[in-house]
Amino acid sequence: MREIDVRDITKIVARLCIESNYFATDDLVKATEESILKEESPAGRAALEKIRENQKIAAAEELAICQDTGVAVVFIEAGQDAHFIGGDLEQSIHEGVRQGYRDGYLRKSVVEDPLRRKNTGDNTPAVIHIRIVPGDKVKITIAPKGGGSENMSTVKMFAPSAGREGIIKFVVDWVKQAGANPCPPTVVGVGIGGTFEKVAMLAKMALLRPIGQPNPDPFYADMEKEILQKINALGIGPQGFGGRITSFAVHIETHPCHIASLPAAINMNCHVSRHQSFIL
Amino acid sequence: MSSIKRLSTPLTDEAVLSLKMGDDVLISGVIYTGRDAAHKRLFDILQAGGELPVDLRGQIIYYVGPAPAKPGHAIGPAGPTTSYRMDAYTPRLLEYGLKGMIGKGNRSHEVIEAIKKYKAVYFAAIGGAAALIAKSIHKAEVVAYDDLGPEAIRRLEVVDFPAVVINDCMGNDLYVEGERRFKL
Repeated sequence: MREIDVRDITKIVARLCIESNYFATDDLVKATEESILKEESPAGRAALEKIRENQKIAAAEELAICQDTGVAVVFIEAGQDAHFIGGDLEQSIHEGVRQGYRDGYLRKSVVEDPLRRKNTGDNTPAVIHIRIVPGDKVKITIAPKGGGSENMSTVKMFAPSAGREGIIKFVVDWVKQAGANPCPPTVVGVGIGGTFEKVAMLAKMALLRPIGQPNPDPFYADMEKEILQKINALGIGPQGFGGRITSFAVHIETHPCHIASLPAAINMNCHVSRHQSFIL
Repeated sequence: MSSIKRLSTPLTDEAVLSLKMGDDVLISGVIYTGRDAAHKRLFDILQAGGELPVDLRGQIIYYVGPAPAKPGHAIGPAGPTTSYRMDAYTPRLLEYGLKGMIGKGNRSHEVIEAIKKYKAVYFAAIGGAAALIAKSIHKAEVVAYDDLGPEAIRRLEVVDFPAVVINDCMGNDLYVEGERRFKL
């Protein structure tokens, strides 16, 4: 059985926290640059140009792209043939977040209790999702999540009769109401199906897909396109200043569900759509 | 829209009256940071009839919780946070004499009415453009509520801080107008 030392996990988590916050991924850079060419609104284009310039400064000077370096959301896909040694896996992840946020000069944005609200001072705990998969490798993904876009999330339990059109209206209306708050252009993650908790997770997972990569099922790829077109007809534009590019992409993830249910969830990323992975 | 105006702080009534929705502005002088937790404290003091730890009359509050500064930097990345969370406290601060706010995202009806009534202005900075914006901040020092960490009130010295007028004191709103103009 392959042994994996959790101290290596700590090092990787620390590094991914820093890299995901400093360096815009290629898909995000491409989406930003294409939007500058497409945007018709002068104020919207000016905002996109500043967003791109900011990505360049952050990368060149090794600074966080956004001061809101988020809650560290960590996804672990652990091969069932791997054996973790050297300590507690979850603690090793929290330690990596602690080190990464300290050494990377990232903001500490976590309070220890939702109502009493004292800052923990080291951005822990992380939010950790662990899944057991075949094989002996471990995939670690970090997706720092800012408060502005996370606050514009929702879950709704529809009757199945709402159907495709009901879901499309739900997403477009929600993005319209969110307006400038989630820092558009956004990436809109949509979960459909599963159960109450599963559908929220689907919407979150949808944000990990490279920007604009369509759902493999043509039915949903078509729906993604239609929703994106309707969102970009709203006129909200970059930063809500008015314009064509309100969202870079819509990503839908689905799961089978109960005969009585049609759960749907929306989770948005701001234009600093961040995530980095490493396979150990 | 899109004429670049230079502003210096504190803001005079005359300067506020000259600003129109959609104006690009470059702000220089001193501005103060404040977000959720600091706003609650300031509001509670005003409600109790007390003195604020910082004189904010005529001043601009920037809704920001900066990242830590790297050695040799005045401040870490420092983009705006979402403004609606301050809406409950803002009309009271405007009544007290606050003149400007920098944030992102739309404001409540009550805030927009107070902006008109007390002749104030709401600017947006580009959300997420934190490394870029930090370049216009030349000095930062905590002047109140150090215990709040990133939420402490800081005094910032800024030169050509880039912002856009969202709500002017005539009641115009770029978020409403921009969307209306580009809706298909």
